[in-house]
Amino acid sequence: MKFSPDQFVIIDWGWGQLNATILFTWFEMLLLVAGSRLITRRLSNDVTISRWQNLLEILVGGIARQIEEITGQKPEPFLPFIATLFIFILLSNLLSVVPFYQPPTASLSTTSALALCVFMAVPFYGLSTRSLGSYLRQYLEPTVFMLPFNILGELSRTLALAVRLYGNVLSGTIIGFVLLLIVPFFLPVAMDALGLLTGTIQAYIFALLAMVYIASVLKIEEIEPSSSRNTEMNAKKISQQTRQTQ
Amino acid sequence: MGAIELIGMMSVLAAGLCMGLGALGPAIGEGMAAAAALRSIAQQPDESGTITRTLFVSMAMIESTGIYSLVIAIILIFANPFWDYAVKHAAG
Repeated sequence: MKFSPDQFVIIDWGWGQLNATILFTWFEMLLLVAGSRLITRRLSNDVTISRWQNLLEILVGGIARQIEEITGQKPEPFLPFIATLFIFILLSNLLSVVPFYQPPTASLSTTSALALCVFMAVPFYGLSTRSLGSYLRQYLEPTVFMLPFNILGELSRTLALAVRLYGNVLSGTIIGFVLLLIVPFFLPVAMDALGLLTGTIQAYIFALLAMVYIASVLKIEEIEPSSSRNTEMNAKKISQQTRQTQ
Repeated sequence: MGAIELIGMMSVLAAGLCMGLGALGPAIGEGMAAAAALRSIAQQPDESGTITRTLFVSMAMIESTGIYSLVIAIILIFANPFWDYAVKHAAG
């Protein structure tokens, strides 16, 4: 049984092959870039704006607000990375209602690549706010003996990030296949509708966890002491929790 | 009973056990997390945004063990390395 989009080979050149994962990732990249280009070509700051501009404003504004609530800092440095992750995963999961479309996130290669991006982004953002010494000293907290566990936790949470998204999307595909054999016509449709919900939640969780991992290495700087106080404590609490669970 | 039959039987059995037991723990854990979150939302409706977000993160963490067993079960059924090995050697 073919259940992973990696196994649908479209063209085989011998030295490499074009499978459904790569094809649909390209398709999505094209859709996102061309779509954003078309929409942002005619931006207006009138009283009336086009609905597509409205959509983008809601999306970008919503993500920026979420980032600000989690980190308690200005969202601008993180917005491109986190929003790209979110929109890419969201689109790839939502398009699965389109016939003949295979979500690229149902392949472990795609999700590993995304998780590796997060893995690299954590030291990148960490070093942009603090020195190398203070960044590396985090691994020695609370004591030196925790060093192997901290390193292991860093690696295992990257693995967990990749496998979580992969397993969730893949299980939706497999359940669709199996129900197609047992109760055709009705139940697969209901499961597809459920897949839209879980796809959205998974995209949200992936972006949220990426943000929490990045926030856990940031040096806390307050922007508005009055309103951001709570959320800052909260971000710290969440990151501590995630460290403990890993 | 030959090696192939034994490997096939055990793989299916192990996949069923893996999924069943692997679903048990996360289900209990997620139930407890959701119950606690609902209770705190009922007590502090103003904080529901923060509570929901924290709930999502913890759900994702709890769920990952269940996802691991799902992946192991899928590997056992669809991409079993021992099965492939036995089939290759039986063929000669």
